[in-house]
Amino acid sequence: MATSLLEEKLLSGEFVVTTEIGPPKGADVSGVIHHVDLLKDMVDAINVTDHQSSVMRYPSLGACLLIKERGGEPVLQITCRDRNRLALQAEVLFAYSRGIQNILCLTGDSVDVGDHKDAKPVFDLDSVQLLRMIRTMESGVDMAGNQLAGAPKCCIGASVHPEADFMEAQLVKFDKKVEAGAQFFQTQGVFDLAAFRRFMQYASQFDVKILAGFIVLSSAGMARYMNSSVPGITVPQELIDELAAVEKGKGLAKGVEIAARFIRTIREEGLCHGVHIMAVGNESVVPELLAAAELVGVHR
Amino acid sequence: MIVAEQKPLEDIIRMVRPYKKVLLLGCGTCTTVCNAGGETEVAFLHDALRMAEARAGDGRREYSEATLKRQCDPEFLEHLTERVEGVDAVVSLACGTGVQALAERFADLPVFPGVNTSFIGMAVEWGVWDERCAACGDCRLEDTGGICPITRCTKGILNGPCAGPKKGHCEVSPDMECAWILIYRRLERLGQLERMRRYYPPRNFRPISRPRRIVGKAGLEARGSHGDVTA
Repeated sequence: MATSLLEEKLLSGEFVVTTEIGPPKGADVSGVIHHVDLLKDMVDAINVTDHQSSVMRYPSLGACLLIKERGGEPVLQITCRDRNRLALQAEVLFAYSRGIQNILCLTGDSVDVGDHKDAKPVFDLDSVQLLRMIRTMESGVDMAGNQLAGAPKCCIGASVHPEADFMEAQLVKFDKKVEAGAQFFQTQGVFDLAAFRRFMQYASQFDVKILAGFIVLSSAGMARYMNSSVPGITVPQELIDELAAVEKGKGLAKGVEIAARFIRTIREEGLCHGVHIMAVGNESVVPELLAAAELVGVHR
Repeated sequence: MIVAEQKPLEDIIRMVRPYKKVLLLGCGTCTTVCNAGGETEVAFLHDALRMAEARAGDGRREYSEATLKRQCDPEFLEHLTERVEGVDAVVSLACGTGVQALAERFADLPVFPGVNTSFIGMAVEWGVWDERCAACGDCRLEDTGGICPITRCTKGILNGPCAGPKKGHCEVSPDMECAWILIYRRLERLGQLERMRRYYPPRNFRPISRPRRIVGKAGLEARGSHGDVTA
């Protein structure tokens, strides 16, 4: 039996659609609830980011509980930036005890790129070690070898960047994540299909599910900002030009069109097992994107 | 060596404000080499304090200068016994260890840090020092091609790069090379990439639970550079 609805879908061989929401800066969760209600029946799972870009926010775990309460399928993103191994293990126990079993294991952005630059960066573990930590806990013991009264059972995923700056080193890490037990990968934003095809040629030898990540661009300015300030992301000049060519106020519509075009192509070519849509603050356009990408009704 | 940089002058002025007779004390080892706290810097600091006081119309302080070969060794501190008589406070331009060694040796004397102790590093060009060692107590350079990921990766991670680098540089600074890309290239060159493909478990932080102590007396006579006690 599958551990979670997401795992069941991943194993079904059907095209998987996930998206993500960023929790609010503050305790007002009405926006999260609005987006969860809007999206929960249109996608297979909703990720919640963990202080994305090292900007302090409402916790991923809290928003995952809201998704669960409202009948959605959450993916808890956990980074190693803010918690040592005691806190990471406790987080997994708590999530599992409340029915949150999909976990995306990430190293996390540097503290320096966020809004609390003076904070102590933790990084007691890295993403590979975090994946192994969960597998260890599933065997009934904690990292120190002590017995757990009630072991968690999770569907664990990781991230990979198909357009990384130096792919050879990135693939060494990818191999280690697969070995550590990652069942699925949600990639960083894909903007270059040739690079993604090359990555899939390599990745398809492994028994893991790859969901291609797509960032919905909203303007040429946003794309340029990502190039200058968002770790690892490089939006190609052609796409920036395409966004710059539309009249003011139409950037987001163009971004939706671009993402839909990419998604249709990877689906037509059968390149990977699904997609992960990152609307970064524009979650309301996800239904429109799903329609444009011909993904309505594809979900469970 | 230990690399330090001088504190802002206004911080030093604030520290010495309540005192009349202040000794500016340099260190002849690490902070001399990194141009932060040797004899020359002591003289510069003296001049700077005088000028600042003259501008502020606050010239009531009497400064003296001295530089020890090393402030972190109790033997060298003995040479100070007479120098500190009648002194109200000391501004030490040694690393944090030197400042504390002074404070331990002279129980009644206020001691202030004149530098910020930054890291263990090396000169990469004239006047530029880069950190190279985090003194983690558990060296793994044999597996990483002689390039330390704990020091040179901003996240100190052990199993390969994060997804953050752009054009070979770290996500936190375009001036900083990604340690893991450097490690990959070097191991590839040495034909040792299998070392990078291994899984490395989480670090053991017990060797660096603070403060640390090393006991290494067995079979050693007092000799060589650590034994010749001369000022």
